[in-house]
Amino acid sequence: MKHTISVLVENEFGVLARVAGLFSGRGFNIESLSVAETLDPTVSLITLVTRGDEQIVEQILKQLNKLVNVLKVTDMQEGEFLARELLLVKVNATEQTKPEILRLVDIFRGKVVDVSPKTYTVEVTGDEAKIRAVLELLQPLGVKEVVRTGKVAMPRGRHGSP
Amino acid sequence: MELTGAEILVESLKKEGVHTLFGYPGGVVLSVYDVLFHSDIRHVLVRHEQGAVHAADGYARASGEVGVALVTSGPGATNTVTGLATAYMDSVPIVVFSGQVPTNLIGNDAFQEADIVGITRPCTKHNFLVKDVRDLARIIKEAFYLARSGRPGPVLVDLPKDVIVGRTEYVYPDAAKMRGYNPTYEGHIGQIKKALKALQESRQPVIYAGGGVVLSNASRDLTEFARQLRVPVTATLMGLGCFPGSDPLFLGMLGMHGTYRANMAVTHCDFLLAVGARFDDRVTGKLDEFAPGARIVHVDIDPTSISKNVRVDIPIVGDVKNVVKKMLGLVQAEEWKDWGANLAPWNEQILAWRDHHKMAYDQGPDVIKPQFVVEKLWEVTRGDCIVATEVGQNQMWAAQYFTLDQPRCWLTSGGLGTMGYGFPAALGAQAAFPDRVVIDIAGDGSIQMNIQELATAVQYRLPVKIAVLNNGFLGMVRQWQELFFEKRYSHTRMEFAPDFVKLAEAYGALGLRAERPEEVVAVIRAALAHPGPVIMDFRVDPEQGVYPMVPAGAPISKMLLV
Repeated sequence: MKHTISVLVENEFGVLARVAGLFSGRGFNIESLSVAETLDPTVSLITLVTRGDEQIVEQILKQLNKLVNVLKVTDMQEGEFLARELLLVKVNATEQTKPEILRLVDIFRGKVVDVSPKTYTVEVTGDEAKIRAVLELLQPLGVKEVVRTGKVAMPRGRHGSP
Repeated sequence: MELTGAEILVESLKKEGVHTLFGYPGGVVLSVYDVLFHSDIRHVLVRHEQGAVHAADGYARASGEVGVALVTSGPGATNTVTGLATAYMDSVPIVVFSGQVPTNLIGNDAFQEADIVGITRPCTKHNFLVKDVRDLARIIKEAFYLARSGRPGPVLVDLPKDVIVGRTEYVYPDAAKMRGYNPTYEGHIGQIKKALKALQESRQPVIYAGGGVVLSNASRDLTEFARQLRVPVTATLMGLGCFPGSDPLFLGMLGMHGTYRANMAVTHCDFLLAVGARFDDRVTGKLDEFAPGARIVHVDIDPTSISKNVRVDIPIVGDVKNVVKKMLGLVQAEEWKDWGANLAPWNEQILAWRDHHKMAYDQGPDVIKPQFVVEKLWEVTRGDCIVATEVGQNQMWAAQYFTLDQPRCWLTSGGLGTMGYGFPAALGAQAAFPDRVVIDIAGDGSIQMNIQELATAVQYRLPVKIAVLNNGFLGMVRQWQELFFEKRYSHTRMEFAPDFVKLAEAYGALGLRAERPEEVVAVIRAALAHPGPVIMDFRVDPEQGVYPMVPAGAPISKMLLV
C-alpha cells in the first residue's frame, strides 16, 4: 500500500542523505520525494511517498523517528490530507493543436508559462490523478518533455475544506 | 579563554572523564597529538586503526565507560569502518575522532581525503562533520551524550584541519540539548502490569536475555527477578554473563549453537520475556517455529527492535534496568509469594531435557580437543577473568564451555561477527583493568587478522593471554562445507600459518605451545604466571565441529546433536 509520509527534520547538510540512506540501506523504495524549508528556517519538511505492507511501513516510521536529526514523522492517511504536485510539460504547438492545448490547459486550470514558435510549455498543479489525466490528454498532441515535482502533502483542516 | 580546536578537544575529553585514548597519528591530526604530548590522558598507539576502534570498544564493554579512538584523515578514517560497524551492531558506546582535510579542500579530492561522514553514516548511531571551531565543544558534548544514552552506539566526529587549528572561546556545555533525540527510559506501567499478568497466567515461562541487560547494568535485578520467581533464563551470545552461568536456572545459550534444553524450552514455553534482545536470525532460526505457543513480551529501549522479526504481544519500550526494577518491585506483592512453586513441573521438564542431551566432547589421550582447552582455561582461572573471543568455532566453544557468572567479562563480536575483533578488544579491556586477567580465545585464522597489535600489547605492557585454538582451518566455514557442501573444503585450509611461538618471541612476547592433552594445563599456568602478553598455541583436533547446531533457516528445535 502507498503511504505519504511527512518528516520534519533539522535544516542541516547531510540530513536528506540520512533519510534517503535509511531507505536504500534497507531496500525500501522512495517513489517520490520533495524537500523545502518551513516557516522556521532551522527546520525542513520532507514529503515522501513509499510503498509497503503494514510491517514495513511500521519499520520505516520507527527508523525515521530514530534518526537524530528527525523532529517529527507523520504518516498521512489516504483521504485525510491534501496532496499536490507540479507538472511542467512542453508540448508541440502547431496551428492545428494550439487551440486544443489551450482548451485542455483551461479545463485543468493550468497555465501556459512559456511559448516558442513550435512549443507551448504548460504548468499544472494537482493531485496524482489530475496530473496523470492531463498528461494522457496532452500526449497525443506531442509531448516533448516532462518534469514533475515530488508530492507535497498537508493534513486537511479540522472540518475539511474544499 | 581562547583555545585551539585541538586544545578544546583534549579539554573536553577530560571533562567527559576520558583517561585513555586509542589512536594513530597522521598529517591532519598532528596538532591534536601535539596537545596530547603535554596532557595526562594516556594515549595507546595501536598498529592499525581498526585495532584502535576495537580496543576502544573492548574498553567500553568491559568498563561501561565510553571508549575513545583518534585517527587521521583518509585511510586512517576508512580503517575505522569495521570497528564502527562492529560497535554499531552490538550497541557499544564509543566516540571516534577522525581528522579531515581543511574545509576549503573538502570535496576536492585533496590528499588523504575521504567522505568519512558519508561512508560511516549507515554504521554509526550518528556522526558529525565539524565545520566551525565554534561548534566543536557542543558537538563533542553531543557525541558523548549520544554514544552513551538511549540505545548506546558508536559516534564519529570528523575534524577538518582548520577546525583543529582554529581558535575560539572555550565553554563546555553542561548538557546536550537535541530536540530530535529523546530516548524513552521509563517503561509504560500499564504495559508492565499487562506483562506480569501474562506471566502470572503462564506455567512454562522463559526469560530470554540479551546484550541490552549488560549494557543497561540490569544483571543484578534480572537475576533477582528470575530467582525469586524460579523462571528459567536463556541468554543470547551477547547476553552471556548477564545471568550467572552456574545458576541451576540457567539454560545456556540458545539459537544456532545453543544448548538442547534452551532451544527446547523456548520452543515449548507458553510465555517468553525477551529483555534487551533483538531476535537475531542466529537465535530464532525459522521464524514461524520460534516460541510458537508463547505470549511474547519484549522489553527494549529501541522501538525499531520491537516487532521487527517476531510478532510481539506486549511491547515495552524503555530502559531494561528501569523496567526490570519495576517488575521486581511488583512481584514482591503477596499474590506472587508462592507463585514460583507452580513452575516445578516445568523446571523438571527442563532437567529432563538437560539429561537427554548434555553438551559434551570426548577428550582422548592423543589429540587436544578445543573444548578441553576452553574448559581448562575456565578451571585454572576459576572464571575470574575477562574473556574476549575472535569469531568462528573458537567463539562458539568459548560461549559453550566458558561459564560466565558476571556481566562485562565477555567481549565478543555478536552482530557483525568480526574476525580480528577479540585481540584488540582484549587490549582495550586490559587498559581499563590493568590488574585483571584478560584472555583472548582465538582461532588461527582470526588471530592473523589483527596480529600486529602484539606490538601494542608489548609496548604498553598489556599482558593479554591469547589462546589460539589452532586447527589449521577456517574451522566454522570448514564445518559448513562439511555439512552442506559435501566436504569440499574450498580454500578453508590455512596451509601456511606462522609459528605462533616464534611470532610471539619476534614481538617480544612469550610464546608457548601444547600439542598433547596433558600439556594444556601447564601451558595455561605458565601463561598466567608470565607478567607480559603471551600466545598459547594449542594444536587442536582439526576435524572438531561445533555442536549442537541448527542449520541456518531450520527451526531451533531441529538440532544436529552429534
